[in-house]
Amino acid sequence: MDKVATSQVTGFTLNNAPVQVAARPGERLSQALRERLGARDVKIGCNAGDCGACTVLVDGAPVCACLMPVQQAAGRRVETLAGLAQGDPDALRLKESFQHHQAAQCGICTPGMMVSAVALLRAEPQPDVAQVQDALGGVLCRCTGYRKIIDAVVGAHAADTLQEAAQELGAPARRFDGKAKVEGRDLFGDDVAPEGALVARVIRSPYPHARFSFGDLSAFAARAGVEAVLTAADVKGLNAYGVIPGFIDQPVFAVDTVLFRGEAVACVVGDAETMLALDPADFPVSWEPLDALMTVPQALAEGAPLLHSDRPGNIMCGGFVACGDAEAALAAADVVVDGFYETSFVEHAYIEPEAGWAEVVEGRVVVQACTQATGMDRETLAQVLGIDRADIRILPTAVGGGFGSKIDVSVQPFLALAALRTGRAVRMCYTRVESMQSTTKRHPARIDIRVGAKADGTLAGLSFHGDFNTGSYASWGPTVANRVPVHASGPYFIRDYRAQSRAVHTHCPPSGAFRGFGVPQSAIAQETAFDVLADRLGMDPLEFRLKNALRDGQPTVCGQVFEQGVGIHACLEALKPAYQAAKRACAVFNAENDGVRRGVGVAGGWYGCGNTSLPNPSTFKAGLRPDGTLVLHQGAMDIGQGSNTVIVQIFARAFGVPVADVTVLGADTDITPDAGKTSASRQTFVSGNAARLTGEALRAHVLQLANASDGAEIILNDGHLHVRDADRVQHVDLSRLEADPEGYALKAVKTYDPPVAPMDGNGQGVPYAQFGYAAHLCVAEIDLKLGQVTPVSFTAAHDVGRAINPLLVEGQVQGGIAQGLGMALMEEFIPGRTENLHDYLIPTIGDVPPIETLILEIEDAHGPYGAKGLGEHVLIPTAPAIFNAVYNATGVRLMHAPATPARVRAALKEAGYA
Amino acid sequence: MSYLIPTTLEDALDALSGPVPVAVIAGGTDWFPAQGERAYGGTLLDVTRVAGLRGITPHHDGWRIGAATTWSDVLHADLPRAFDGLKQAAREVGSVQIQNAGTVAGNLCNASPAADGVPPLLCLDTEVELSSLRGVRRVALGAFIAGVRQTLRAPDELVTALYIPPLPAGARGGFTKIGGRKYLVISVAMVGAVLELSSGRIASARVAVGAASPVAQRLEVLEQALVGADLAGALDQVTPARLSTLSPISDVRGSAEYRGEAVAEAIRRTLKLIMEGPSHG
Repeated sequence: MDKVATSQVTGFTLNNAPVQVAARPGERLSQALRERLGARDVKIGCNAGDCGACTVLVDGAPVCACLMPVQQAAGRRVETLAGLAQGDPDALRLKESFQHHQAAQCGICTPGMMVSAVALLRAEPQPDVAQVQDALGGVLCRCTGYRKIIDAVVGAHAADTLQEAAQELGAPARRFDGKAKVEGRDLFGDDVAPEGALVARVIRSPYPHARFSFGDLSAFAARAGVEAVLTAADVKGLNAYGVIPGFIDQPVFAVDTVLFRGEAVACVVGDAETMLALDPADFPVSWEPLDALMTVPQALAEGAPLLHSDRPGNIMCGGFVACGDAEAALAAADVVVDGFYETSFVEHAYIEPEAGWAEVVEGRVVVQACTQATGMDRETLAQVLGIDRADIRILPTAVGGGFGSKIDVSVQPFLALAALRTGRAVRMCYTRVESMQSTTKRHPARIDIRVGAKADGTLAGLSFHGDFNTGSYASWGPTVANRVPVHASGPYFIRDYRAQSRAVHTHCPPSGAFRGFGVPQSAIAQETAFDVLADRLGMDPLEFRLKNALRDGQPTVCGQVFEQGVGIHACLEALKPAYQAAKRACAVFNAENDGVRRGVGVAGGWYGCGNTSLPNPSTFKAGLRPDGTLVLHQGAMDIGQGSNTVIVQIFARAFGVPVADVTVLGADTDITPDAGKTSASRQTFVSGNAARLTGEALRAHVLQLANASDGAEIILNDGHLHVRDADRVQHVDLSRLEADPEGYALKAVKTYDPPVAPMDGNGQGVPYAQFGYAAHLCVAEIDLKLGQVTPVSFTAAHDVGRAINPLLVEGQVQGGIAQGLGMALMEEFIPGRTENLHDYLIPTIGDVPPIETLILEIEDAHGPYGAKGLGEHVLIPTAPAIFNAVYNATGVRLMHAPATPARVRAALKEAGYA
Repeated sequence: MSYLIPTTLEDALDALSGPVPVAVIAGGTDWFPAQGERAYGGTLLDVTRVAGLRGITPHHDGWRIGAATTWSDVLHADLPRAFDGLKQAAREVGSVQIQNAGTVAGNLCNASPAADGVPPLLCLDTEVELSSLRGVRRVALGAFIAGVRQTLRAPDELVTALYIPPLPAGARGGFTKIGGRKYLVISVAMVGAVLELSSGRIASARVAVGAASPVAQRLEVLEQALVGADLAGALDQVTPARLSTLSPISDVRGSAEYRGEAVAEAIRRTLKLIMEGPSHG
């Protein structure tokens, strides 16, 4: 070859077909594959080799396509999932196995996982667990907890023997949207923009607190390839967004002053090549850095400057719940344990960065992006753009993980403003650094707790004060402040209780919604304090919990009484066999080993499903077309958790036909009613109920037409609708009915809103219509010299009321435990320091041990078919169970999350370990 | 702005000696993250197709590792047990994806204090071969890495090979990495060692530590103290005084105090690993 590659054209084989591509010198292979060759099945999560989502095979070897210049692929054989899934025998087996085990939840890591697994299976057709972990260790997953992926790869060789489960409610049905995910066909936020779309890029503050001024913006906007520069001056509506009325405080573009590192001040729009070459440092803005308040103590200090002038003391809001007399009860208690706990910022770290595109179609703004909340996105854009909601269409893509952060808008306002300004299609995808800098985080907490008990083990008083670092803007901070005092008792009967929370502003990124809304933090304090208390009482920690577990008919700390469905006692009971076995195994292990110790820890948890004491409706629509097509308009966002599957299972059961008879449309704000946001573990419960009511209403229409009884059977066959009632079978001719403007011969629209009631000044009331319950057991090993804590196994008991889909229940549990493990042991977002996925660590496939899921079904009075929410419950007991295992093994009480090796080692030394 | 893919060393060196600055790329696993999201506008010299730059071969009773040899190549090469530490390190470099692309010389040229390849290569007394149109020179690895992100490579030079001198018969290598999670992790600290054993005692020792000083370093005082020791004695020789040339820092991965302790423990475990064989459990 010539020493100088003057030719700009690179030729190679892509999925067995010769391709040629004229790329920039040094262009990433991933970029060339996606943007020049249409291989959108190659996903980009970090552009730094930290996540492995972009894994492709080059001459059979897995590599990160983001780290290879496309020119290096010249003459070589490149394979991606979409190609492999067409006919590679190992990929075909993996496709079956991945679906069977639900190894793909959101699906964004699936191409990287499956491509890596193909390379493994080619070398080792029947790998063991360790081989799978070694081979897939370079691909991060944030949804599954990895164990289902391991199962799927280990079992792939026998894929042709797998029996496909039934689809009806209660069966462990494969995800209905799973096939596209395992074939690389699912389309995420950055996969849908049309060719030639302009690219938008946000200019962000490099300082946590600074004043700024712009230079010559019009000169910058006149640069070749730049189409527009947007700033606050270009926001025609309200230059603010937020999620809670009264707390709409985050500017789309900051004006004069920024309050966190990563805050947007401007947006540049231009053609793709220009934008790729853009150096944000060239943008005409000058900064005057100001002192920043980065911690709660700094922000609360006497005389600290205010982030928001109308929020004295930098306190945004607070929450309070009290019953009985906590102080008196503690004074009268036989044993009291207190403690101060600290937790850290936790990053959602979904593998799909925020992405999407927008255009203006016939005067309406259409935004297609990854989101958890289509209705709220539309609401926000209407305010920001100053246009009517009806003139906005939110068309969500598949969502590559959300976990709370994609409830808030990110790219949407920029895209909409840019599309309106330029009149052209505009796309953007956050870089990983940008995503981590600018989107919401889990609140760091500083918690003081005191818990008392009588000598017989009865809880006697709990006092809780938590300060939560809510960052620079409100986001979901008020929700965290409200939820924590309601939940900080844990699922226990406590007569005398006082819990207070405060959300405190700092110059950090906004803290917002993250799986559990503050409850995982408070559970660490409460559940680990319980173990110390049990220890001082000489009681077994599991027995202590059983003694105090809330029962049907007993009031919660909010005075709410559930006459049925309080499942914590059953969850704790269910752990007993594993607990006894684990205690014996730990004793044997500790007798045989030096330098490492094993312990067993348990923790309980509960979580109220839906908004706290606020309306939280979901609306569904379904219809029968004259041709007999049964259509469900499904607006609940599936962010990997499975509402595309579970909601349809519920609707099909309610209407009374097999799942296969249902045609599902949406989500799309033009055609789906607002199902509300995917948050607060509400979709199965709230939207499930709306789908159930809709199915029942449509069924009632059909039965009425057929003059049939409630128990009649509806049969949809080739467009023919029959009703069988006892021995009578009647044909219902839908084509004889006049179709409505939407084309439906019969239609039903139903709303469900959970029955809640406001709380009074002491937090007494009806915050939630239902709670779900959980108890986890963890066996952990502690390396005494290195301070490393390694979970060895988990047993997780979850009361889900009714398992609509047990396979998806297991997926939620395992994924939640992986996130709880990360929060407990390694995850710590530090603004300005851990803004990437190699300094910010999340668990890999080698860090999550086997998890046994025990599904309990203690029917809820309100849930559809008794079902309770689950998504957030799954990580609440995890971290305290790990910490309690460490306490059991070593007597060392961990009070700072994450318990990194350095922190654990320091605690061990303080406790006298050599 | 161009992309050069020479197949001969002469052409590669020629490209480096021109008036235009040229960035060298091999596996790309450090180059792209350092470059960031912005499109690169300069000239890139891809050395992965230069003849003779890839592979591990015997050389004058020692070994030659071509500069563009990947970590996977190291892992799959048939090498004496003194290389066990290097192989163990190869498994710890990033992930399989990184090991399939990333090269040994790239790991050195990147000059990160946490480069996993450096301690085991220091223990093999590795010399770095630098070639340019001006000629060829060899530099000891310890000198080649001059500081954090600094090497002795001149802009017109290319690292072409690593040379490993003959090893004591029966020498065994080992490596211990301490990180915050199982895979894909930057080391908190790591230790490489090569021991020559005779009747259960150490006849000669080489011990190197990474991520506990700006440049990974051999612990010569400790190495001397280990000579003649059996396992129990060797573990006792790992004292703070013999680690005093290290200067661990506090960062997001761990405190200086923790690093210091972890290094001592990692040394003991590496000695144990080599002298006892891999432990169970």
